[in-house]
Amino acid sequence: MPDPIEPPVTLITGTSRGLGHDLARHYLGRGHRVVGCSRQPAPWSADGYRHFEVDVAEEGQVREMFSAIRKEFGRLDHLVNNAGIAAMNHALTTPNSTVDRVLRTNVGGTFACCREGAKLMRKRRFGRIVNLTTVAVPLRLEGESIYAASKAAVETLTAILAREFAPFGITVNAVGPMPIETDLIRGVPAEKIEALLARHAIPRRGEPSDVANVADFFLSERSALVTGQTLYLGGP
Amino acid sequence: MIGLVLRLAREVAESEQIDLPEDFDSDTRLFGDTGLLDSLGLVSLVLSVEEAIEDLTGVSVALADERAMSQTRSPFRTVRSLSEYATALSEESVAGSH
Repeated sequence: MPDPIEPPVTLITGTSRGLGHDLARHYLGRGHRVVGCSRQPAPWSADGYRHFEVDVAEEGQVREMFSAIRKEFGRLDHLVNNAGIAAMNHALTTPNSTVDRVLRTNVGGTFACCREGAKLMRKRRFGRIVNLTTVAVPLRLEGESIYAASKAAVETLTAILAREFAPFGITVNAVGPMPIETDLIRGVPAEKIEALLARHAIPRRGEPSDVANVADFFLSERSALVTGQTLYLGGP
Repeated sequence: MIGLVLRLAREVAESEQIDLPEDFDSDTRLFGDTGLLDSLGLVSLVLSVEEAIEDLTGVSVALADERAMSQTRSPFRTVRSLSEYATALSEESVAGSH
């Protein structure tokens, strides 16, 4: 169970910018010891924040980061698998090099971090893992076949790892935001975003705080029975 | 290595609240019908051994890879076989890291 005195250790992947950065700030504000990573050095720093230069698609780098976390902190309470890459293109103009790249990061990276994270969490019989997915999965969005397929894989991983990790006191859930103003969708035309939002029950853009709210719920000690779930924002 | 694996197997058995047999030694079966551990206990032991090897040698090894899983005589069947397998693999990794 979480230590009532020592602040929890929360690892968030993809923290150099966008949602990952906002989530890192959010959990720093809540007193967590936050570990983050990105392929480049972090363009920001804060007290209580530890950054690793890691490409989650590279298994060796992921293992080294978790080994360092074990040695520096001796524990991991929370893992938010936020790092991901998008590929928005018609299938007819999508080469397999893009398929490989997206799957290696979004599926392989998420899997490697879940596996290594659970190894650390199991010792204290407590852990919370939150994976990032997308409304592109239930909406079957045209032009996002590979991105959405990679996130459908993340949702299946979430459901199965929830079962495999349950005996260790670890829950695994996923949150799927609607479009949020980040670099990930910067290149998408405004009319396409509006058309996408129109397919939601609540047709407005989300804020990072909307995702943080769901992450708070999944990470809560009180959510011990909440696992294997994928929660979409906005009602797609 | 055998001493290390024996100690870790004891720790896993204790944390899983499994009673150790009086004659517990390096030839005790670790899993299977008459084995000491269930599948999750075995996973915990393998992960603990991996971690201990990393702490001792600074090299990370993956004991439970496809090779181990596909061997007809599983290297995880007894403390002795697991120790021998872990020794061979860590020596390979240390040699490969130079």
